[in-house]
Amino acid sequence: MERQNPLFRLFLHVAALLLAAVILMPLVWLFVMSISPAADLAAKPLRWWPETMDFSRYATLLSTLENSAGAAFVASLRNSLMVAGMATTAAVALAVPAGWAVSRTPSVGWSLSLVIATYMLPPVALAVPLYMALANFGLLNNVFGLALVYLTILAPFTTWLMKSGFDGIPREIEQAAVIDGASLWQTLRIITLPLALPVVATSALFAFLLGWDEFFYALLFTSDQRAKTLTVAIADLAGGRVSDYGLIATAGVLAALPPVVVGLVMQRALISGLTSGGVKG
Amino acid sequence: MSGTWITTRAWLLMLPLLIVMVAVIGWPLADTVHLSFTDAKLVGTSGSYVGFDNYVRLVTGNAFGRTLFTTTFFAVVVVTTEMVLGVLAALLLNQQFYGRTLLRALLILPWALPTVVNATLWRLIYNPEYGALNAALTQLGFLSEYRSWLGEPGSALTALIVADCWKNFPLVAMIALAALQAVPRDVIAASFVDGANAFNRFRFVTLPYLAGPLMVALVLRTIEAFKVFDIVWVMTRGGPANSTRTMSILVYQEAFSFQRAGSGASLALIVTLIITVLAIAYGTIVKKVAGSAT
Repeated sequence: MERQNPLFRLFLHVAALLLAAVILMPLVWLFVMSISPAADLAAKPLRWWPETMDFSRYATLLSTLENSAGAAFVASLRNSLMVAGMATTAAVALAVPAGWAVSRTPSVGWSLSLVIATYMLPPVALAVPLYMALANFGLLNNVFGLALVYLTILAPFTTWLMKSGFDGIPREIEQAAVIDGASLWQTLRIITLPLALPVVATSALFAFLLGWDEFFYALLFTSDQRAKTLTVAIADLAGGRVSDYGLIATAGVLAALPPVVVGLVMQRALISGLTSGGVKG
Repeated sequence: MSGTWITTRAWLLMLPLLIVMVAVIGWPLADTVHLSFTDAKLVGTSGSYVGFDNYVRLVTGNAFGRTLFTTTFFAVVVVTTEMVLGVLAALLLNQQFYGRTLLRALLILPWALPTVVNATLWRLIYNPEYGALNAALTQLGFLSEYRSWLGEPGSALTALIVADCWKNFPLVAMIALAALQAVPRDVIAASFVDGANAFNRFRFVTLPYLAGPLMVALVLRTIEAFKVFDIVWVMTRGGPANSTRTMSILVYQEAFSFQRAGSGASLALIVTLIITVLAIAYGTIVKKVAGSAT
């Protein structure tokens, strides 16, 4: 800062390059694998950059031809979107009233602490009864059943984010509206919710990323194209007998694209959401 | 408005959340406790009461101790490495240099990458025949012949640890960086005037601001590392020779592969208990650190 001698400046830049390389190398390699011809990936010594770029795998995976590799992939993409989307909508709908209630009425806060403490539970502690219950209701291998189960992860998290969001909106604004004769419902609708909209959006984004990322419950509770999510489809590819590693890499790139784009575009909001709990204690 | 009405209204607004939480967490957890005292199978028989048999058999069996050790080893190594790398990266990103904004943006990439994609990516990198790690080490002359990194009990766990650290140290770095940016500039300026050296500046000026957020990151990462399932399942399924089998993998095998719902439930509760004890112990420390830092 104040006194940067040349040697220290050099050290900083070398360290920065090193960090950039550590972060980027695996990611770039994932992309390179996805566009390298299969022969290049099996070559010894390995070719680090393809002579001709081959984007055909993207077309293969995104094709909807009957019984193709693409059909299974597109189905899992649709399932992931549906499950994460439904679970996010439900989680936010539960979190907004609950988060506001806890923020404005600290005496009920202990119940939220209890809900958040469930974060410590390993999913394996709930898996067996959930499996049996879903089987009973005919909801195994079903996107609605899976979305319901995802609420175990998404709802506590969104409620916690919403509560800290409402904490940041001064209650004096609400009180002023009430004094001016607005009913509570009007106050919330006209004053509080519009102010809380950015937090609602951040919570929804986080919830969607969590749902998109989920693997354990999806592995247990889905078995075919009707409900299998993207994470399970990719694990199947990685663990199966696929001989073209480029195809696995392509599936990885496609699955990573939405969260990575969201991450880069929404960086500021995500980081403030991630760290708000940490920094405020 | 009276106090009782406000409290009642708060409970009413929380009711939908609480009902759902009881249905998808509370009830299943209670049922897991019940199952843990039975010899129920996953499908078919509901089982009969066997008391603490499951617990005794599991804890005295030979898989338990070894798996607990593997899990603890994994958790301690990944969390320590991620904390150290994360703080170092944050200290670097808090300095002035060309390209800093870009590098800060890159930091979010490993965090945003889905866990399963990360595991798949590293599985490809470690591939025994065509993997990039083998190719790079051989071409650089560090390795004479290709190795099966995930296929040998001696290297599989280390390979997993590297993959997990790569994905998760950026989270610690982001939390630490946010905390560093909260250190008031005049405090740092004052320490310069007082002639503090770099180490003392870090120890006495910066660290107190970092301590609270880092403790939170430590607690979250420890809990997650202890619960770890996804990355292990995709990369090794607990093998080879059970060298990467963590507690969650063991529960999965017991309850779903061997369909022993009863003893799987007991095992899951033992894991839950260990995590709860850890979290409470940490919580106590967090309060102390937070108290002394401010």
